[in-house]
Amino acid sequence: MAYEISEYYQKHKGESQWQDGEYTCTRTTMWTGPGCHNGCGVVYYTKNGKVEKVEGDPYNPFNLGKLCMRCLNYVEAASSPERLKWPLKRVGERGENKWERISWDEAYDLIVKEVRRIQSKYGPESIVAMEGTGRNVIWQVPYLCYAGFGSPNFTLGFLSGESCSMPRLVTEAVIQGDFSFGDYSAHFPDRYDNPTWKVPGVILIWGQNAIISNPDSSLGHWIVECMKRGSKLIVVDPMLTWLAAKADYWLQVRPGTDAALAMAMNDVIIKEDLYDHDFVEKWTVGFDEFAERVATMPAERAAEITWVPKDIIEGAARLFAKADGAATTWGVSVDMAVAGVSAAHAITGLWSITGNLDKPGGQSIIQYAYDLGMAYDYGLEILSEEVKAKRIGNELPLKQTGYGATAHSDTLLKQIENGGNPYPIKMFWFQSTNPIANMGAEAPRIYKAIKSTEFNVVVDLFMTPTAVACADLVLPCAMSSERWSNRNWWMPLAGIRKVAEYEEAKSDEQLILELGKRLNPEMFPWKDDKEWNDWIIKEQGSKAGITYDQLNDMIYSYDHFEYYRYEKGLLRRDGLPGFNTLSGKVELKIGLFESWGLDPLPWYQEPPESPYSTPELFKKYPLILTTGHRSWEFFHSEHRQLKLNREFHPDPLIKINPETAAKYGIKEGDWVWVENYRGRFKQKVKFEELHPLVVNAEHGWWFPEMEGAEPTLFGVFDSNSNNLTTMCQNGPTGYGAPYKNQLCKIYKVTEENSKILPSEQVTKLGGFNYVYK
Amino acid sequence: MSKNNERYALLINYEFCTGCHSCETACKVENNLTHGQWGIKVAQDGPRKLENGKFEFIHVPIPTSLCNLCEDRVNKGKLPSCVQHCQAAVMSFGPVEELAEKISKPQMVIFTPV
Repeated sequence: MAYEISEYYQKHKGESQWQDGEYTCTRTTMWTGPGCHNGCGVVYYTKNGKVEKVEGDPYNPFNLGKLCMRCLNYVEAASSPERLKWPLKRVGERGENKWERISWDEAYDLIVKEVRRIQSKYGPESIVAMEGTGRNVIWQVPYLCYAGFGSPNFTLGFLSGESCSMPRLVTEAVIQGDFSFGDYSAHFPDRYDNPTWKVPGVILIWGQNAIISNPDSSLGHWIVECMKRGSKLIVVDPMLTWLAAKADYWLQVRPGTDAALAMAMNDVIIKEDLYDHDFVEKWTVGFDEFAERVATMPAERAAEITWVPKDIIEGAARLFAKADGAATTWGVSVDMAVAGVSAAHAITGLWSITGNLDKPGGQSIIQYAYDLGMAYDYGLEILSEEVKAKRIGNELPLKQTGYGATAHSDTLLKQIENGGNPYPIKMFWFQSTNPIANMGAEAPRIYKAIKSTEFNVVVDLFMTPTAVACADLVLPCAMSSERWSNRNWWMPLAGIRKVAEYEEAKSDEQLILELGKRLNPEMFPWKDDKEWNDWIIKEQGSKAGITYDQLNDMIYSYDHFEYYRYEKGLLRRDGLPGFNTLSGKVELKIGLFESWGLDPLPWYQEPPESPYSTPELFKKYPLILTTGHRSWEFFHSEHRQLKLNREFHPDPLIKINPETAAKYGIKEGDWVWVENYRGRFKQKVKFEELHPLVVNAEHGWWFPEMEGAEPTLFGVFDSNSNNLTTMCQNGPTGYGAPYKNQLCKIYKVTEENSKILPSEQVTKLGGFNYVYK
Repeated sequence: MSKNNERYALLINYEFCTGCHSCETACKVENNLTHGQWGIKVAQDGPRKLENGKFEFIHVPIPTSLCNLCEDRVNKGKLPSCVQHCQAAVMSFGPVEELAEKISKPQMVIFTPV
């Protein structure tokens, strides 16, 4: 079926704003908050400074007029009476949820006073700034941290092992010099009609329910478009998703064993001589050593480790290698294991040895449109080398050499817990992150850490459990329709236009700019958020040759894209053919890793707790717990306030094989406790086609409808799968953590075993009764 | 609904309906439907394993009696909101006869809610 564009929108083609009766219509981009990682084109219908309706923009090539539940219900979010409206200062104790309204000036004065006190008494590095999953705060919060606070410690809300994208991104960076995504024609404004694009023969979906998930790289439904045009699927997932059900090969992998599976697929391809000899000879280094290493993981061995039958591993490898164009989409499941970097290495190997890099319908090498890539290192150069060296986790070679600007969360936690050695942490700045509801593994331990500091600020859309637990000051943030901003990830470069206001909420840029002017005026010369955006588009993105106003009128702008750039010298700064790596080739054996004393080839390691690595523990906790899969209704810990989204999805769900449930006397719809020696949480049972030894729990749950004050704290620990995960078990690079591969047991919730709920246990009774190592 | 005395309908290519709920949400928001009320509802079958080893996993969005095929929108020259926002682009709107001609493959269905 073709994309239909209605007469109405045809009439308004090319217009960025028009009047429709009493409504002003504006075409622009939606990019959080709330929302997801994608930047879909929308049309806002506004009246009296309020958004009353949101529609997909049929002329935006990114989403072609389609929207998901979250954007469709944006109006409920933006007009929610529960939104934070003005700055709030804590009165009473932390955790009591008692606040008084203050002005922005009073808020800024208080922050400046505390920042100055902490900077002079302990050093600026004692201030840690965090955000949640990087989206429309990806460059603003780092800039505040470096340029405003003078601290090198910008980090992601206690994300263990940086295990969301970072392991995959750094691995791609060291192996092939750039990031890459499955080629679903995203880089062309004419999309599927572009004559140089080709439908992938096969799409490998690894550890991601792509249609529900919402990464920055692709919209899952682009895959559906390719399926309509003939693409076959290979899906690696412990659960039978819709995509898995449609796949030629479904690899029902044991959580945390992806590295073994990917190594074995490489081995099959090499042994059966299905690799691309020409590409391997001309454009890769270390193939022989790589081949030798993956040969230690033949399909027989991988089948035992991964629980995927040998013939399925072989069949999938053959289909991938023989396809006319193989595209890969991968998810955080790859990162969320101790062997995350190695899994990413082996998967990168799959598309490299089959010659699928940078070719139509293969794996597109992606660079930021017009080189305008603003991310976690924005402003880092302002800091002196001496201060930069104080960054927490700076001893990790990937950090030292600039592959990843963030401070290391696990090391940060240990530094707090060891009494502040080498220096104390005295202030947290949380902007759009809610680490005890989400992101921080071992939530009760994070709770203790965030309470330990002298001064904390939370910037968010709603009052969150993190804010109630530890904030001294809470600041209201603007939503996507209320901010001048831009989206500069990959393609296209897009403007985000302000069409509405909400009470005293401010955009991230505006808030940071106003505070920055008070902290370090020299580094914050822009008049307002619009002028800052204009400077970015004109200076950082000068190749586009446009102003910010022009970008907003154009709505988006696509940079030129072509294939086989490595042959033409278009990937490297020196203009030579090849890839943007030290050797100029795809490094199947990673030279940088070797020079740092790290294993330069892929390896497999059992998850720290598993049926095989800890058999005694497995007797006690006989199920594998995987968590963190996405749902249509929510993005991480967001959207739980919204009645419509909750109508679809009122309760946290744990997915269990019916056979397993029967074994434990559990019916669909029952609430169960999920427990290991770290703690427990409860969720409601939903039957799914999962391996009988694997259960799949949701993450990010808290209950805005419940009491905010402690001990309830919005019930944040009651259904929190991060009561069972753990910090500080990273791979040798510091990246990768076992979020998705823990052990647990389940039992039915009864009145008797529910007298003390986890939130009370954690906030009032000192936590669960275990001692972490 | 009839425009030029033609009956209008929805054509759904349910081979590719992913069950994303966009049609349901678009409808609820457009028509301001209360909790528990639906103008279109996605039915699900499966996942079930078939004898040939493949899986059946089907979603079909079904317009209810509350569906008026977005009459107000259509009169303004817009598509019904569910059709415009269908993420998998599996829904079409038009006169029954025109849609019937588009039935070109298995797993397609035409609904005439009004």
